[in-house]
This record gives sequence, structure tokens and C-alpha cells, in this order.
Amino acid sequence: MAANEIDVFANEEKRTLDLGGHVGFDSLPDQLVSKSVAQGFCFNILCVGETGIGKSTLMNTLFNTTFENEEASHYESDVQLRPQTYDLQESNVNLKLTIVHTVGFGDQINKEESYKPILEYIDAQFERYLEEELKIRRSLFNCHDTRIHICLYFIAPTGHSLKSLDLVTMKKLDSKVNLIPVIAKADTVSKSELDKLKIKIMSELVSNGVQIYQFPTEDEAVAEINSSMNTHLPFAVVGSVDDVKVGNKMVKARLYPWGSVQVENENHCDFVKLREMLLRVNMEDLREQTHARHYELYRRCKLEEMGFKDTDPDSQSFSLQETYEAKRKEFLLDLQRKEEEMRQMFVNKVKETEAELKEKEKELHERFEQLKRMHQEEKRNLEEKRRELEEEMNAFNRRKVAAETLMGQALQGCSQPFKKDKDKKKANLNKCD
Amino acid sequence: MIQRKVTDFYECEAVTREHLAILSQLFFRLPEKQYVGFATLPNQVHRKSVKKGFDFTLMVAGESGMGKSTLVNSLFLTDLYKDRKLLNAEERINQTVEIIKHTVDIEEKGVKLKLTIVDTPGFGDAVNNNECWKPITDYIDQQFEQYFRDESGLNRKNIQDNRVHCCLYFIPPFGHGLRPVDVEFMKALHEKVNIIPLIAKADCLTPNEIKKLKDRIREEIDKFGIKVYQFPECDSDEDEEFKQLDKELKECTPFAVIGSNTVVEARGQRVRGRLYPWGIVEVENQSHCDFVKLRNMLIRSHMHDLKDVTCDVHYENYRAQCIQEMTSKLAQDNRMESPIPILPLSTPDVETEKLIKMKDEELKRMQEMLNKMQQQMHDKDQ
Repeated sequence: MAANEIDVFANEEKRTLDLGGHVGFDSLPDQLVSKSVAQGFCFNILCVGETGIGKSTLMNTLFNTTFENEEASHYESDVQLRPQTYDLQESNVNLKLTIVHTVGFGDQINKEESYKPILEYIDAQFERYLEEELKIRRSLFNCHDTRIHICLYFIAPTGHSLKSLDLVTMKKLDSKVNLIPVIAKADTVSKSELDKLKIKIMSELVSNGVQIYQFPTEDEAVAEINSSMNTHLPFAVVGSVDDVKVGNKMVKARLYPWGSVQVENENHCDFVKLREMLLRVNMEDLREQTHARHYELYRRCKLEEMGFKDTDPDSQSFSLQETYEAKRKEFLLDLQRKEEEMRQMFVNKVKETEAELKEKEKELHERFEQLKRMHQEEKRNLEEKRRELEEEMNAFNRRKVAAETLMGQALQGCSQPFKKDKDKKKANLNKCD
Repeated sequence: MIQRKVTDFYECEAVTREHLAILSQLFFRLPEKQYVGFATLPNQVHRKSVKKGFDFTLMVAGESGMGKSTLVNSLFLTDLYKDRKLLNAEERINQTVEIIKHTVDIEEKGVKLKLTIVDTPGFGDAVNNNECWKPITDYIDQQFEQYFRDESGLNRKNIQDNRVHCCLYFIPPFGHGLRPVDVEFMKALHEKVNIIPLIAKADCLTPNEIKKLKDRIREEIDKFGIKVYQFPECDSDEDEEFKQLDKELKECTPFAVIGSNTVVEARGQRVRGRLYPWGIVEVENQSHCDFVKLRNMLIRSHMHDLKDVTCDVHYENYRAQCIQEMTSKLAQDNRMESPIPILPLSTPDVETEKLIKMKDEELKRMQEMLNKMQQQMHDKDQ
């Protein structure tokens, strides 16, 4: 569809025409600017660095304000990311600033997994934007763009070179986000050491293929300043929110017994350069790069994963719609299959339970029968014993009666001649007992 | 280079002479007592020890780039680390910890010191630092074992003492306190060696921040139960000034240190220091850092105490543990021969014998009662 139309245009010659007078479309940039100012801008910074290296202080110094931030502890079990969003305003330009800090980075004893939460966060923001883009009803201009526009990586000034963790992390991040390394706490590195350190760091980055963000040099207006700044990378920064009296001015500085390090003094550190580059000159370029390069790369990889292609093996273009429908059908079939499986499982389970219950019932029955039998036996035994006892009692009673009658007869007759008989009978009685 | 301020032993000698003078005066005041002369014992000890020479083994541990080598050079005013090869970040991803020893003989005012520095390159540098302190603990145990064997051997004339007397642990100043790897390292080593924690690169902290960090670290050391080296209490009859100094010293731990290999010009003098665009940090200026306190403590006053604690506490613990393990092993396996003659332990046996006898009697009584009861039941049945 679109491909054919473009072909038609390519055949026609493009002609430039001269204008007879002032038309007025040179105000287009101004219209664009006033529209975007009305809309407001949004900028997202990711600060990666060890605990206590000065990320929050640098942010406070850069934006000349105090963002609330509690001190992190060294004992987090893994790396977490803490995003915070602020609304700033400067001479009628609104900026929605999101600062994401890494908490617990570099504190664990085993740091092999430290880069993963950072990558996941960056990907999640891209995913969010991609979802919004693929929606049926989308509101891209309204949605809050949370994709990370710049990642400031804070290098600890050990004086020799990068740490192994720094190298590993930067290698993973350079293809996902605009990466700018900064040397933190630079007031611990003297001038000569600083030059050596910068050279060493840059050479290590280059030899390991880490692509840091280069300030753009195509635009003539800023080409010169950008290319000179490129040679000063990585910037050695010092942050401070305390005001110190130097001369007769109050400046932001750090006060030591041997002198004071002024943050905005270019001889002392590169803070001014960083602010210039980051905020005053290249902010828009950073946003563009994020959208045009990093986000597009992510999108392409993601869609390819899902099975979408631009051209199939026969180099005939696919339409997104068809692929999407095919995928959908597959997905639904899959779902159905899974449902069937689950139903089967459910039925099986029910049968099993039923069988178990039946067995248990049978067992109970048996036991019941057994007990009943025992009960009856005992009852019979008891009955027998009772009968025996009764017989004995009857026998005893009869004898008793017999003995009494005999005694009565004996008494009626003479007592003495029958004494012997009596004794005999008594003896008999005794024997009978 | 050697003509500098007083060393430990020079001071000791002066004090001894003073004491000797006072004592001799005392003796001369009491006409009944005659001067015997054993008051010269300290002098004799001094002479002999100077002749014998001293040795000291110092271990430095901490991540790469903390300034360990610079500090050692500043402490002993020599350059121990010529031609050192530093690894790249890439090579350090999977680095294992090595143990490297540097031994130097230095001399000052006739006192010879054989100084051994044990370096631990690679500690904490890899991405996965699980048990990265194991090579270090193994090394310390090895030295203890070596000394143990030598001590129990037949010929004990020339025992070489390679035991580690002190370990300086460098804590990075960039964080808020101790990190998990610091805690684990110190806990693994605190019963084997005297640990002195130091805050490295202290020129990145303002005085307030240093105070906060020191308090934090002391708190965490207490919390995790880490036993760092404690300065011995000073005697009650020392003068107030000494006690005050001692108290200040103890409150200053852990020391915040700065080292430097270069000499700069400051306030008209040439001093060791670091040159910044905003000022000059002097290593030996007490208001800049605690380097002087560390040096005094380590070299000038407590070097011998460190050695004593190592011998009397850490080594003895190791030895006791070793012997216990050996005896329990022997009890199980009679065929094994022990290189060390073990005396028969009589007391525990007697006790156990008694217990066994008692239990036997009880058993017999219970058996008899059972029999009686059985008999009774039998009778009843009949």
C-alpha cells in the first residue's frame, strides 16, 4: 500500500521554487515551541552509583533545589530502583522531572546480579511506552513518558582506573540508554592525577567497546562547544548545597581546613560543564536519541521476538494486521487446549477422591461389623455366666429349703435319738455346701 | 632522612638514664644501704635488644585504589613499591586475592628493624567477592602453624617469626559507614590478628563529615561485635598530660589518613602533601588528618604492644585450638602419631570413672527392683 505510493513520488522531480514575498511559514518553529511549552516537557534521569557516592547531592546541586531523599543503608540484599517525580518551573517552562536512584548498588559481596534490576527497570519503561503505542485508543501526547533519557554513571575516584563492577555494568547499559560517566567526589583527585585518570578511563571504555553518549556535532550552532566538551569526558564533579563565603560572595562550596572547593569554579571541577551540556544545550537531543535510537531498537527486538517480520523469506511484505490475526488465532487455540487439559485434570482428581472416599467407607463398615460381633460375643458370654449363677442360686435355694424341712421334721419328732441323725444331716449339709 | 625526631627507643633510653640517676641519688642518700647495681637492668635490656635487632610484620588490606601503598611509603619514608604493575578493570573482574610480601631492612640511630609488609592485591576487586578473605586467613594461619612447629621442634635456636603483628584495614570514605564486605572481612580476622581500621583518602571529607563517619563506624563495629585492636590502658600513676593524650588518641579511632609520595612547598617549608587548585593538604598536619597520630601509635609507642598481643593472645588461641583438635583426633584414631609429646590427662579420667561407677550402681538397683516386682506379680498370679 504505502510502498507503491512512495515509488510514484520518487519518479517525479523535486523542484525548489522561489517565493515572491513573505508567506509567513517561517513562524512554524515558533508555533512548535509555543505548543510544546504549553504542553510541558518531561525528562527522566537515572543515577547509578555506589551508596554514598553523591548522587542525591549532585542532583540537588544541578537543579538548585532540595529533593527529599533519605540516606540509604549499606546492607540491602539486592539492588533496587527508587523513582521520584517532581514538577519544576523556570520562566514559564514546565518540566516534569523524574529522578531514579539505585539503592544498594555495589554493596553486596556478590555483585554478579547487580546490573539486572537496572536493565529490567529500563526495559519496563520501554515496554510501557510500547504498550501505549500499540493500543487501539492511544493518547501518546497525554501519557507520561517515563523512558530514561540519560543515565549518569558515578565512578568512584580510586585513582587508578575503573572498578570491575563499573565496567561490567556500563557494558550492559550502553545499548539501552544514553550513558554519561562522571567521576564523583572529584575533590579527592589532584589535577595531575585527574588527567591521568580520565585518559585511563576513556581508554578502558574504548578497548572494551562501551559506547558512551557523545554530544552531537552535526548542528553548527552547538558543534564547536560540543566537540570541545567531548574531549573533557568523563566529567569530574563535586556537589554541594552548602553556601560558603569566598571573597565577598556566597558560593556553593565544600569547606576544608586547607581550602574550599567551589562547585562552580571551572578550575576546581567540571560541574559547570556538566550542567551546560546536560541541561542547557543537549537536553532535547538526549530525548530524541532515546526515542529514535534506543526505543526503536527495543521495539524492533521485542516485535521480532513476538514473531513479526517486515519481510518474509519471499520478500513480500507482510501486513501487520495479518500477522497479528494469525498470532491471535494461535493464542486462542493455545488457550483452549490449556482449558481442556485443566478440565481433564479436574475430572481425574475428582474421580480419585471419590475412589478414596469409597474405600474409607468400606473400611469403616468392616470395623463396625467387627465391633458388633465382639459385642455380641461378650453379651453371650455374660448371659451364660448369668445362667450358671442363677442355676447355682437355685440349687442352693433348693438345698436350703430341703435342709429346713428336714430340720422341721426332726424338731417335730424326738430331738435326742435323732441327734445323731441331725449331726449326720448337718454333716451332709456341710458336705453339700 | 634518619636524622629526624626521636624514636621510641631513644626516648626510652633517655628515660632510663633519668630513672637511673634518681635511683642512684636515692641510694646515696641512705647511708645504711649500699648501691647494688641492678638498676642498670633496663640499660642492659636496651643494649641487648639493639644488638639483636627487631622485626615487625605489617599487613595492609583494602580495595584497590585506597592509597595503601602510598600510606606505607609515607609511614616508613621509603619507596617500597617500585615497578608495580596495576591491573585493568577488565582483568580484575574475576581476580583472586594474592599475598605478596616485601621485606626491607631499615636502620635508625643504631636500631635495626626488619620490616615485612604483606600486601593483598585483588581483595574486594572482583565482581563476586564471596570469601575473598579466605586466602588472607589461610596465610595468617599458615604463619601461626609454621611458628607452632618451630616452637615445638628440637632445635629452637633460629626461629623466624613471620606471624602477622598488625593488619591495617582501609575503609573507603565514599560511603556512609562499613559495607558488608568490610564487616565480613573484619569478623573473619579479628581473632587472628590485630586489626586497625583506617578511613582512607580522608581528603574528600570535611571535618564534620569525618566526625560523622567515625561515629558511624565505631557504632557499627560495636553492633557487629568486631574486636579491633584496643590500646592498652595507661597506668594510673602516669601524669595528666599523658593520660589526656591517650584519651584523645582513643577517641580518634578509626584514624582518617592521607598519604602522599610527593613533596610540595607549603608555608615556606617542603612537606609531604597533595597539591590541589584550592589548597595544599599536608600529610603531617594534625588539623588536616590523623596521619601523625597513626604513625606515633603504630611505630613510636605501640609497636611492641602489637607484637605482644599477637604472641600472647592470638597465637595462644591458635595454639590451644590446634592442640585440642589434635587430642580429639588422637582419641579417635590411636594409630596416628603426634609430633608433639602429649602428657596423659589424669584428672578428667578420674572424674569420668566416678560417674561411670555411679551409673552402674544405679542400673543395678533398678534391675533388682524390676526383678522384685516381677516376682511379686508372679506370686499374685499363682
